[in-house]
Amino acid sequence: MASRRDFLRVSAFGIGGMFVAAAGLKLQASISDLNERSDKLYLNLIKTPTYCEVCFWKCAGWVYKTDEGEIWKIVGNEIDQHCNGRFCPRGTGGVGMYHDEARLKTPLIRTGERGEQKFRKASWEEALDMVAKNLQNIADKHGPETIALLSHGSGGKYFTNLIKALGSDSSAAPSFSQCKGPREIAFLNTFGEEVLSPERTDIRDTRCMVLIGAHIGENMHNGQVQEMSDAIDKGASIITVDPRFSVVAGKSKFWLPVKPATDIALLLAWIHVIIYENQYDAGYVEKYTYGFDYLKQHVKNFTPEWAYGITTIKPGTIRETAREMANASPAVIIHPGRHVTWYGDDTQRLRAVAILNALLGSWGRRGGFYQPESMPVPSAPHPPYPKPRKTWRDALNGKFNMTELPLASEFVEASLPDSDRDLQYKAWIVNGTNLIFTLPDQQKTIDALKNLEFVAVVDTMPMEITAWADVILPECTYLERYDSIRNSPHRLPSIAVRIPAVDPKYDTRSAWWMAREIGLRMGLDDYFPFETQEEELDWQLKELGTSLEEMTRKGVKNFERSWDDLYIAKGQEMEFFTNTGKIELYSTSMAAAGFDPLPVYTKHELPPAGFYRLNYGRAPMHTFSRTSNNPNLTDLMAENTLWVNPKISKIEGIENDQYVWLENSKGIISTFPIKVRVTERIRWDSVYMVHGFGHQNKMLERCFGKGASDTELMSIVHKDPVMGGTGMRGNFVRIHIEKPQEELS
Amino acid sequence: MRYAMAIDTKKCVGCSDCVVACQTENHVPIGYCRDWVVEVMDGTYPQLEMEIRSERCNQCGNAPCVRCCPTGASHFEEGGLVLVTADKCIGCGACIQSCPYDARYSHPDGHVDKCTFCNHRVEVGGKPACVEACPTKCMYFGDLDDPGSDVSKVLKTRKSKTLIPEAGTEPYLYFLI
Repeated sequence: MASRRDFLRVSAFGIGGMFVAAAGLKLQASISDLNERSDKLYLNLIKTPTYCEVCFWKCAGWVYKTDEGEIWKIVGNEIDQHCNGRFCPRGTGGVGMYHDEARLKTPLIRTGERGEQKFRKASWEEALDMVAKNLQNIADKHGPETIALLSHGSGGKYFTNLIKALGSDSSAAPSFSQCKGPREIAFLNTFGEEVLSPERTDIRDTRCMVLIGAHIGENMHNGQVQEMSDAIDKGASIITVDPRFSVVAGKSKFWLPVKPATDIALLLAWIHVIIYENQYDAGYVEKYTYGFDYLKQHVKNFTPEWAYGITTIKPGTIRETAREMANASPAVIIHPGRHVTWYGDDTQRLRAVAILNALLGSWGRRGGFYQPESMPVPSAPHPPYPKPRKTWRDALNGKFNMTELPLASEFVEASLPDSDRDLQYKAWIVNGTNLIFTLPDQQKTIDALKNLEFVAVVDTMPMEITAWADVILPECTYLERYDSIRNSPHRLPSIAVRIPAVDPKYDTRSAWWMAREIGLRMGLDDYFPFETQEEELDWQLKELGTSLEEMTRKGVKNFERSWDDLYIAKGQEMEFFTNTGKIELYSTSMAAAGFDPLPVYTKHELPPAGFYRLNYGRAPMHTFSRTSNNPNLTDLMAENTLWVNPKISKIEGIENDQYVWLENSKGIISTFPIKVRVTERIRWDSVYMVHGFGHQNKMLERCFGKGASDTELMSIVHKDPVMGGTGMRGNFVRIHIEKPQEELS
Repeated sequence: MRYAMAIDTKKCVGCSDCVVACQTENHVPIGYCRDWVVEVMDGTYPQLEMEIRSERCNQCGNAPCVRCCPTGASHFEEGGLVLVTADKCIGCGACIQSCPYDARYSHPDGHVDKCTFCNHRVEVGGKPACVEACPTKCMYFGDLDDPGSDVSKVLKTRKSKTLIPEAGTEPYLYFLI
């Protein structure tokens, strides 16, 4: 049996691929009552298993069709641990992705300048030939390592295989440097393991959960929302730290309306109280952690009174909430959050979160953080990839050494005309990520796109990024294609499959097919051994002791755990994968790399007079900017609004439902106006909007010009020196009632 | 038999999954809905309280929509369900006017439409689509005459309220508070 260390190495960052013998795997759960009942209810209908692609949670479910063979509805698969038979609004509304008449319908080739949106229709043959020819030219001229992939979602795997076969390892997802990267690096350097996705938070059994800027419920990370609801039912207390009265703040025992950008001070004060009031789990700390004495000395002066002056949270409240956590220990979760690239010291903030969890003994304990396990899935056999002459780290010029994954934002830097990077990119393949709305400092992304020699974009929808493509390859939606086996880590190792419910609409194809077709055109046949994904899946599933036929009937299969319990047993000897083999309260790796080994509070810039901090977040019915045109989801929420405190509405002389323009401190003005929502739910020093609106692509008929884009107002980027995350919450905006005239330049 | 629904405002996060699950299940045209989400705020920053409710037809025991319907399209069915027979409906909209909960809308096909508690699912032992989809499991459905039903049990242990009780409509949609 493989060791836990092997398992962790394989599962780290999700790009698994190690093969294990299928013998001994047992089917854990049987098809539930609900699925059997559903069969009775809808006997005349065909139901097809899928896992959702509307967001990254990837819930497994069933697609039902009408008698006419049209997609009718999508519901959750009862035995799936990600969703427990219940889809979120986006998953339920996933049908709209298929029906959206604005979808990309045929391959397109650029006829105007990049960004001009002038394209002509092309055949697949012509489009694929063009992609292959351009990639080959660039590989010959500059080296294959100058080809970069930026992706988010299922297609990334196939194009990663393609560029690796060519000799490039530069495959990045904005979900790291624009989202959860700081969290993963902080936890890796504390516990020796990442938080992973879905998060290993044992919310269902927690007695106290602390959310810092994380708005579970508004971010519809399905399993977490469900478990939070279960925890509320069981009487768990929630402590929410947020300058905005989020939905979950309304369900919390304590809401701490913290002054923005001061979270680390609050965390340090909590650590102070927990240590100096002897509220920590002394046995756990002594047995498993390293550096307690350094930490105790470090936080000596970080009293609640000190933090009060910074955070505006009263000392009594800081003490009371610290005790609330300690009373629940070890069934307590200081939640690491997900989108955590805020102020540029994010890895340090998340280190403070990790330390607090360690002091309360919640890591590896019931109601804290469980130990997840994933099912290793064999990769299609192929020759070893050629060793890249330069790697993605060469594009960083020695910066951000503690990152474990490539950084999408640094790919941009290494694609600029005046880039001095040791590795400079000449071509991008972009799949499933609308980079213009994903990366802050839009102008930089556009400058990079203008400078590249070749850009291919693969997507289901026209987006801002597709405007910059030389070739657009239209992907069919997840409801019309196979995809690779989902084997995300969870309490039980499991697999889920995606089977096409219907044939692809329009002249669209799967990313798997596109990557292979490009590969074949470039003589990379050996890296694409299967002719169809169906064959590949069947081979993989048979290696796992099942088959495509069985999985088409079941959708999901859960297996028994093969190592370690879900929780650390009492007194169990543990080796953590850090330098010291202990949970590092004091990070030896951070110290060695020249960073603060213990988190410190840094004062961040405050909004200048007349400006407000631009805060942003999620709505439960939308995923980033990708769902804004979905007919079903647009029906639930068609545009975002600008939340302003009533005091501010008076000062600015604005009213509810009035449209206003925003201008940031660098003079960037929002392309479109945004509707005002006057609400007590927001502090007077910030404004708030849901991310993902203000679309500028006219092909998005339903959502074009609806609401404002937060991303276009993010000109100031505070990069995390530890791992290169792009802090985006240091941007300030002022409100204009009339559209300001752009200065002539 | 008396069907009822209870919705836990302490758990509902207002995600609108109930709305889109109903729309797909019942082929409700885009732009219309049989259920919706309401957010009620109280207080000033930072002393705030919020209640989130998923609302729909209250399946009233004393239903003004049934009383005022000139054709009998709006009627009671077994289990106290208030339903609309589309074929009998002339689309006059009297029921829409009479409903204190604003739970009805004019369907583009020319008849009035509203929540049915997913009668077609309930008849064969299922639950309404919203109840089965809700990620927070904040909705409880069942027969109030059956003390073992989900809704009976939760109403026994939790404090609840109905909306606009002063209208005398005898609503069967409860909110757990």
